[in-house]
Amino acid sequence: MKRKLNLNKVKVSRQVQIAPGVFVLSFPRPWDFTAGQVLGIGAHATDEARLYSIASGELDDEVDILYNINPDGKLTPWLARVVTGDNIWVSEPFGSFTGTGEPAWWIASGTGIAPFSAMFRTGLTAGKKLIHGGRDLNSFYFSQTFSATLNDNYIRCCSRESGEGIYDGRITRYLSELPQVPHNEKYYLCGSAEMVVEVRDILITKGVPFDNIISEIYF
Amino acid sequence: MSDIKEPLFGKTLSELTEIAGLLGLPKYTGGQLAYWLYKTDVDSFEGMTNVSKKTRAQLAEKYEIGVHPPVNVSESADGTKKYLFRAGSGKFIEAAYIPDGKRHTLCVSSQVGCKMGCLFCMTGKQGFQGHLSSGEILNQLRSIPERKEMTNVVYMGMGEPFDNLDAVMKSLEILTAEYGFAISVRKTTVSTIGIVPAMRVFLEKSKCNLAVSLHTPFDEERRRLMPIQNVYPLKDVIDTICEFDIGKYRRVSFEYIMFKGVNDSRRHVNELARVLNKVKSRINLIRFHPIPGTPLLGSDEAAIADFQQALNDKGIVTTLRASRGQDIDAACGLLSTKELVKAQSVD
Repeated sequence: MKRKLNLNKVKVSRQVQIAPGVFVLSFPRPWDFTAGQVLGIGAHATDEARLYSIASGELDDEVDILYNINPDGKLTPWLARVVTGDNIWVSEPFGSFTGTGEPAWWIASGTGIAPFSAMFRTGLTAGKKLIHGGRDLNSFYFSQTFSATLNDNYIRCCSRESGEGIYDGRITRYLSELPQVPHNEKYYLCGSAEMVVEVRDILITKGVPFDNIISEIYF
Repeated sequence: MSDIKEPLFGKTLSELTEIAGLLGLPKYTGGQLAYWLYKTDVDSFEGMTNVSKKTRAQLAEKYEIGVHPPVNVSESADGTKKYLFRAGSGKFIEAAYIPDGKRHTLCVSSQVGCKMGCLFCMTGKQGFQGHLSSGEILNQLRSIPERKEMTNVVYMGMGEPFDNLDAVMKSLEILTAEYGFAISVRKTTVSTIGIVPAMRVFLEKSKCNLAVSLHTPFDEERRRLMPIQNVYPLKDVIDTICEFDIGKYRRVSFEYIMFKGVNDSRRHVNELARVLNKVKSRINLIRFHPIPGTPLLGSDEAAIADFQQALNDKGIVTTLRASRGQDIDAACGLLSTKELVKAQSVD
C-alpha cells in the first residue's frame, strides 16, 4: 500500500530517560528542517507512523525526539526499549507550526514543550514568554536551559505538586488570573486537546483575536 | 481472574468464523452468528435458535453479545432524535437520527470527545476521552428503534473517524456487507478533517463516500480554525484525493461552515473554485450553530444564499445543509457529552 509518509532507516545514537516514563531519543540529523516541525516514526518501514515534534535546534548535529510512554500505544513501549545502535524508521520533517523571530507566547503542556525546545535551541528566543504546564515537578523538561536564558519569561505551572518558583496550579488557572495579556502578539499552543481548547478559550475571553492563536494538537 | 467477556457484536464475519474455529465449532457457525448479530434483534445467546444449545453455552462462557441500549433520548420539534449511549466507565457518546421523508439518516460518533481542537466545534471543547470500538460505533445503529428504517449512515458525530481508523474501517465493513447491515456504500459517508495517511487507506480500501471539512481555502485562515492544517494542509488533502479514481457513484464532498466575515467573501468563492478545480466534488454549505466561548458568528441567510449562488455559477455543485435538531443540540458541531464527563469526575 502506498503511504503518504515514506519512512527511512536511521541509527539511534542515544536514548536518555529524563523523567519517569519520559525519554529523549537522538539520531544524526539527515536533513534540514524548520524548528516546530514534526516527523513520523515507525518501528518498521511499513508501519503506520506516529507523529512527534522535533525538540532539537535546526543546526544541531542530532535530531532529538521527546516522548512519553503511552502504555496502550503501539509504538512508544517499543521505542522505550531501543538502545544506541538500533534502527528506527523516520519520515522527513513536515508541518507549519513553525517559529519566527517575532515576540510571542509559547504555551505548552507535558511533552508539548518539544517544538518550543526546537525554536529555543534555534535561537528564536527574543521577545518570547514560555509557559509550561505539568502534573508534577518532574514534568518540566529542559527547565535549566530555559531558565538560564528566559529568566522571568519562563513560567512553570504545576498542578499536583508545589515547588519553589513554580506556580501552584494548572496553566489555565495561571492564565485566567493574569489581569491582562497582549492582544497583538502571537500565541503558540502545543499539547493535549484539552489544554489547547481551554487555553484558546481563555485567551479569546481576554481579548486576543483568534487570528493570533496558532495551535498544534497531539493525536 | 477477570469476569469481563469479549463482545461478539462488532466482529467481522471472518473474525466470527475464526472464533468458531477456536472453539472447535463448524465454520458455518461464524455465518450463523453474523446473522443473529446483524440481521435480527436477538440480544442473547439463548435467542440464537439455529445454534445448538451446547454451542450457545460454549459461546456464553467466553463472550457476551455486546449490544447496549441508549441511556437517554431527546426529540426535536423537527423529528430529529439525539441518542445518548454509555461508552465505558464514565464516558458517553451521542448519535443523531435525522428523518427526512423517505430518507432516514443516522449520524454516528467514532470517539468519545475529539483531539482535533477545531475552533468552531462543541465536541472539541470536551477534549478526548477515548476511541470507540467497531461494536460501539455500530451499536448506535443496532440499538435504536429506527434501525430498520435507516437508509443513510454518516460518520459525522463526535470524534475524528480517521483518528480511529481500524475501528472505523471494521465498522464500515460490517455496516455495508451483505452479511452485516447491508447499508449501501453509496449511502454511507465518512467525514474527516483530512488526516492524510488514514484518508488514503480509506480511499483505497472502502467504496464509501468521503466528506472533508474544508471551511476556508486559505492556509493561514484554515490553521486558525483547524489545527490539523499545521500537519496536513488542504493542498495535501486535495492532492491525495486526486490520486484516486473516484468513479461515477462515489461522492466526495467538502463541508463548509459559513462564518460571518471570516470565510464568506467573494475572495473565498474564487479561491475555492481554484483549489477544487481538479477534484470531482461538491460543496456542502452548513450554517454555523454558535457554541459557548467562540469568537465566530454565523453568516446571515442572504450571505449564504449569495455564496451558494456564486459557487454554483463557478460550476461547483453547492448545496446548503438543512439545520436539524438545533433545539436539542443535535445539529452539526453541537454534539458533546462534556457536562456528563464533568459530572462523572465530580462523582
